[in-house]
Amino acid sequence: MIVEHPRELRLKKLLAHGFLIVFVALIMFPFLMVVSISFREGNFTIGDLLPERPTLEHWYLAFGIPFERADGNVIQPPYPVLIWMLNSVKIGLISAFGVLVLATISAYAFSRIRFKGREGLLDAMFIIQMFPSTLALVAIFAIFDSLGEATPILGIDSHVALVLVYLSWVTLHIWTLKGYFDSIDSALDKAAAIDGATPWQTFRFIFLPLAVPMMAVVFVLTFIAVVNDFPIASVLLRSEDQMTLAVGSRLYLNEMRYLWGDFAAAAILSGLPITVVFLIAQRYLVSGLSEGGVKG
Amino acid sequence: MTSLAETAPGADTDARKTSPLVRLVSVAVVTLAVLYSAFLLYVSSQALFGAVLLALAVGIAIVFGLNRFYAFRFIFPGVAAVVMFILFPVVYTVYLGFTNYSSFNLLTYERSVEVLMSRHMPDLGSEVRFAVAADGDMYRIWLPESGLLSGPIALAADAPAENAAMSAAAEPANLLAPRDALALRAPLQKLTVVLPDGTILQNSGLRTFAVVAREYERIAENQLRRISDGAVLTADHDRGFFVTSDGETVPPGWRVFIGTTNFERIFNSSGIRDPMLSIFVWTFAFATLTVVFTFALGLALASVLQWPHLSFKPVYRILLILPYAVPAFISILVFRGLFNQNFGEINLILEMLFGARPQWFSDGNLAKVMIIIVNTWLGYPYMMLLAMGFLQAVPEDHKKAAALEGAGMLRVFFTITLPQILPPFLPLLIASFAFNFNNVVLILLLTRGLPDIPGTIIPAGQTDIVASFTYRIAFSDSAQQFGLAGAITLLIFIVVGVISYANFVTMRRAAEKRGAPQ
Repeated sequence: MIVEHPRELRLKKLLAHGFLIVFVALIMFPFLMVVSISFREGNFTIGDLLPERPTLEHWYLAFGIPFERADGNVIQPPYPVLIWMLNSVKIGLISAFGVLVLATISAYAFSRIRFKGREGLLDAMFIIQMFPSTLALVAIFAIFDSLGEATPILGIDSHVALVLVYLSWVTLHIWTLKGYFDSIDSALDKAAAIDGATPWQTFRFIFLPLAVPMMAVVFVLTFIAVVNDFPIASVLLRSEDQMTLAVGSRLYLNEMRYLWGDFAAAAILSGLPITVVFLIAQRYLVSGLSEGGVKG
Repeated sequence: MTSLAETAPGADTDARKTSPLVRLVSVAVVTLAVLYSAFLLYVSSQALFGAVLLALAVGIAIVFGLNRFYAFRFIFPGVAAVVMFILFPVVYTVYLGFTNYSSFNLLTYERSVEVLMSRHMPDLGSEVRFAVAADGDMYRIWLPESGLLSGPIALAADAPAENAAMSAAAEPANLLAPRDALALRAPLQKLTVVLPDGTILQNSGLRTFAVVAREYERIAENQLRRISDGAVLTADHDRGFFVTSDGETVPPGWRVFIGTTNFERIFNSSGIRDPMLSIFVWTFAFATLTVVFTFALGLALASVLQWPHLSFKPVYRILLILPYAVPAFISILVFRGLFNQNFGEINLILEMLFGARPQWFSDGNLAKVMIIIVNTWLGYPYMMLLAMGFLQAVPEDHKKAAALEGAGMLRVFFTITLPQILPPFLPLLIASFAFNFNNVVLILLLTRGLPDIPGTIIPAGQTDIVASFTYRIAFSDSAQQFGLAGAITLLIFIVVGVISYANFVTMRRAAEKRGAPQ
C-alpha cells in the first residue's frame, strides 16, 4: 500500500485489533456461556455466570449414563442423545453419498455430452434449485403418509423416506460440479475419445479422479446441510428413537420441561464433531460456497 | 430426439462393450421391481403415486434399454430425484391448495366408507352377563342367565379369532375370578359366540356379551343407512362428508376438490387476511434486514481482515467463522435459552448492568429484534467468507491510484471497492434473501412464531414468516389444515418464483461480464 506515517499506522493497528477483540468477545459469549452452563448444578440455577460448584451431572446424562447426586437421588437421562447422533450421522452419510453420486454423474453429462434440451434442463435446474423442499412439506407429508399405507419402509418415521427427500438436493451441486468439469481442458476427453473410450469410461477413468477435491466439498456440504435440516425431518420423524439431533434437541427447551443444563451438555457433545469437521474443511469449502450455496 | 450423442462418437457401438445381455436383464429386473411397486400403490388406492412410479419405470426402461438415449443415462437418476421429490411435491402442494385436505378430511372416499362400514354397535337389549371357566389349558364361556356353556377354547393372546358354539349345561365349578377374566380381554374381544338358535354374540363390555350389529349399512352407491335411527346418509362430494337429510355431517370426511374456496378464505376472511398481510410484511422486512446487516457486517470484517498490516489474521479468521461452523439448530436453541426471560443469562447480565429485564418472547417487537440479532450472528460469517474472496479480485492499483489522488480509506472503499464487488455479489445476495425468506428453522426453533397475533381464527404469530406460518397451519396440534396451507404455499411459490428468476437473470449477467461460458 501507500507509505503511511508510522505513528498513524500504529494507531490504526490498535484500533483494528481493539475492534476485532471486542467483536470476537461478543461472538464467543454464547459458546462460553454454554460451556459454563453444562457444568452448572441443576437446570434452573440463576445468579452465577461461572458455576460455583461444578458438576458432571449433565455430561453423564448426555452420554446416557444415569447420574447419582450427592443426596442419593439417581437421575435418568432425559433423552437418547447418542441414538439421535447415530441417526443424524447415518442419514447424513447415506444422503451425502447419494447426492454426490447423482450430482457427479449428472454434472459430467451436462458439461461434456451434447444432447437435446441440455440448456433448457440446466436452466430449469437452476430455477427449481431456488424452491427448497421445505416449501413442499405438506405434499411431502401427504406422499409419505400415503406410501406408508402401502409399505411402512416408505412411511412416516422411516429413515429411507427422509433420505429419498434429501436426494432431491442435488440441483445446486450439479451446478457446482459442472462448473468444475467445465474448467477441465477438453483436450483430455478428446484424447480419450480418440483412443476409443466411451463417455462412461472417460468419466470413470479421467474425470472422476480429477474431481475428487471438489467432490469432497460437495460431500461435506451436503452432510452438514442434512444434519442441520429441521423442517423435513420434524415432519417425517415422529417417535423419539427415530429422531435426528436437529429434531430431538428441540425437546429440551420445552416450556413444560425446561432442561437448560442438560441441553448445554448435549449441545456441545453433538455440535463439536460437526464444528471440527467444518473448520478442518473450511478452506476447501469456501470455493464451493461462492458458487451460490447457502448453508442453513 | 435423434442426434443425442454428437460429441460422444461411437456411443452407439461402444456402449455395447459391457455385455448387452447383462445390461438388458438388469434393466428389466429394475423396471419390473418399480412396476410392481406401482401396482401395489394402485391396489392400495394410491393411484396418483402409482402413476408417478409407472412413469419412472417407463423412463428407466427407455433410457437404459435403448442405446439411442445413451446420453440421458447420465442425467436420468439426478433428474428423476429432482422431479419426484421437488417438482412433483411442488405441483402436488398446489393441487392440495384446491382441496379440503385436513385432519377432518384426511382419507380417500373409499377409506371413509370402509371406516364407517366397519363401525359396530352392541345392541344393549340383547346384553347377557358371562363368566370364564378354566378347563385345563383351555377355557369355556359360561352364560349364567341362559345356562349355556361353550366348548373348550384356547383364548391365546396371538391366536386368530375363535368361534364357540354354546349348548345347555350345568354351571361349571372352576369359574375364574373377574380379575383373571380381565386378563383375557384381548382374545375375548375377538371371540364370537353362537347360541343354539343361531344368534351371534360378541364381547360388548367387561362382563357382557351382546348382539353386535353394524352401525351403518350401504343402501346405494352413495348412500348409507344408520341402523339405529334409520337416517339416510348421502355422500356430499362437494364437501367431502356424508350428510343426513337434516344437514348433520358424519365424520370421517374425505378429500375433495373444492376449487378456490381456500383462496377465497385467504382473501375474504379478515381473520386470515389481516394476519397474512402483516406476516408478509414482516417476512420481507426480516429477509431484507438480514441480508443488509449480514452483508454490511461481513464486508466490514473482511475489509479489516484484508488489511496488509494486520497480524494474527488466521486466528481472527477462525474465531470469526465459528458461528458458521456450529450447526445452526444448536446455536439457535442456545440463543433460545440465553434470551429466556426468567432464567436466561442475557437478562441476568442486562439486569446487573441496567436493571432491565426485556420481555424477549412475549413482546412482539422485542422478539423481532431478537430474531434479527440472532440471524445476523448466524449469517455474517458466510458473507465475510464470500467478501474475502471478492475483495482479492479488486486490483490493488485502482486503490493506490485513488489514495494518491488524496482519497481517504472510506472514500476509496465506497468509490473503488464497493462498485467492483457488488455485481458479482448480487446473485448471492438474492440467493441469501430467498433463503431467509423461507428460513423456517430459525423461526420454529427460536420463537415458534410467538407471541400470537390476537383475534385470528388460525394460529398466526407476530414473528411468524410466511413459511413458518404455513408449517404451523399444516402441522400444529390443533386442526391440521393441509389444504389451506397448500393454498398459502402457492402464494409463496409465486414470490419465490419471481426472486429465483431475478437471481437467474443477475447470474447470467455476472457470467457474461466474466466472459465465462454458462
